[in-house]
Amino acid sequence: MNLSKDLMAASSTPIVLGVIAEGETYGYEIVKRVEELSGGALQWTDGMLYPLLHRLEKQGYLTSRWLVGESNRKRKYYAITDEGTATLNEQRQQWQVINNALNQIWRDITRNDDHDVQFV
Amino acid sequence: MMSNSSNHPFELEQRIAQWREFVLRRAAILEEDADELESHLRDQIDALLERGLHADEAFLVATKRIGSLEAVSKEYAEVHAGRLWRNIVWGNDKPSWNTDFYLALLLACCAAVLFHLPKLFGFTPETHEWVYARNFTLFCLPMLGAYYVVKHQLGQRGWYWLVGASLGIATVINLMPWQAESATQSLSLIHLPLLLWFLVGVLYTGNWWQTDGRRMDFVRYSGEYAIYFVLLALGGMTLIVLTNGMFWLIGMNIEWFTHQWLLPSGVMGAVIIVGWLVEAKQGAVENMAPVLARIFTPLFTLLMLTFLVIMFVTGRSFDVERELLIGLDALLIVVLGLVLYAVSSRESNKAPSIFDRLQWLLIVSALLVDVLALVAIGGRIADMGFTANRTAALGENLILLISLSGYAWFYWQFIRDQRSFALLEQWQTRFIPVYAIWAAIVVFLFPLVFGF
Repeated sequence: MNLSKDLMAASSTPIVLGVIAEGETYGYEIVKRVEELSGGALQWTDGMLYPLLHRLEKQGYLTSRWLVGESNRKRKYYAITDEGTATLNEQRQQWQVINNALNQIWRDITRNDDHDVQFV
Repeated sequence: MMSNSSNHPFELEQRIAQWREFVLRRAAILEEDADELESHLRDQIDALLERGLHADEAFLVATKRIGSLEAVSKEYAEVHAGRLWRNIVWGNDKPSWNTDFYLALLLACCAAVLFHLPKLFGFTPETHEWVYARNFTLFCLPMLGAYYVVKHQLGQRGWYWLVGASLGIATVINLMPWQAESATQSLSLIHLPLLLWFLVGVLYTGNWWQTDGRRMDFVRYSGEYAIYFVLLALGGMTLIVLTNGMFWLIGMNIEWFTHQWLLPSGVMGAVIIVGWLVEAKQGAVENMAPVLARIFTPLFTLLMLTFLVIMFVTGRSFDVERELLIGLDALLIVVLGLVLYAVSSRESNKAPSIFDRLQWLLIVSALLVDVLALVAIGGRIADMGFTANRTAALGENLILLISLSGYAWFYWQFIRDQRSFALLEQWQTRFIPVYAIWAAIVVFLFPLVFGF
């Protein structure tokens, strides 16, 4: 399934912040985690993640530092700030509103469908 | 490109290096971002290799997943609006700009204080010149190392290395029972900064010297460091001359202050400040240094060829005097530095150009000069036996012979047979430890062997 560009753009911030809120991590791990969470449906262009991370860092939602991991590979690790957590909560509420509304709509549509089937 | 899809790890490294070069060509993407993207690419490749893909397939899939560099760099430019101006405007939008600078300033002050500290105990550069000759590099270069331990977050291991190595070297150098007039001590002290510079290098690379790529960065860094240092020194000299002059005009002589306090503090501090400057303004000199290398390569080639021809025509080639020999070695070391830098600043995927042929000519003429020097040293040793100076010269010229032969060989293959430039780069980066080990031998073993 291909998700629309606008939907990807809108959802990427809460998803990235959410994944990092689970614990300090680096770009490649974030991509893997998102794939795992969406069952492979959310496939980002990997390169696009990094400008986003930098943007979030600039906005003060993330902090970063370079660490040399166990495989001797230097990686830039990102951690969420208090401000980032606050934004994430805010976004969560917004998404919940949309989510609830959509759920309601899906349910109504399904019910109407059932209705139709019964009476035709 | 030929499609001999081999699984050779070297070819993969080469492709990654090319890709990185390509990424860095975008003005909005800085060295650090390329590092980040590269580590992502490598993680991805590793995962794909584990799934049984061939190296070339893994590389293709991984780069494809990174996406169009055009689009990615556009995103970077949008996030970091200031970057496209980085070569023109002094202001840099790196968030750590200020902290980095204050850290460098603090360490620079520490180095300056360290230099003056022994004066409290009655040691001054005038009265104890050997004490200062032994220690002045130990006042400043470890501070530069400390800057990178903090900046690259090397943690405890970094501090252990830095403090351990510096204290170890300082103890050994100061406790050796030097004789009053000793050639060995001079040799040891000439090689000491080199050894410390490699220590800085290990910390600068941030990954303990592991990858060829970072070693190459270190060579590039050293070249740019030299240029910045000269610029700063020129500025500092102007400042001191003007200060002396202004006060002299109002009838005051403050040379004691400028020479004994301002100058040494400035030099000590500059060592660290330049380290900061090279990284903070990476973009600025990057464009200038390769140009300098291109200007001086033909000039040095011309100098050496003329020199060789005149030596042979006048028949003076086989009775080389001591002073001339020292001069030849100094010339060869400068040429080696030029070659090292030129290789590091060359884009590895470009086809051979006229400049590469010139570079080859420079290397071959340097080789000839080196052989000449070796013959002369051999003659002197045969006539008068081994001394510390002659042994050091012999060792140095032998190392130069091997190193330059490698360069000549790989350049030749690159120009003639279109073999990869990466082979040459590999030769360069793998040979660096040899210089470091040789420096350590001269600093520590020579005094023991030649009785201090």
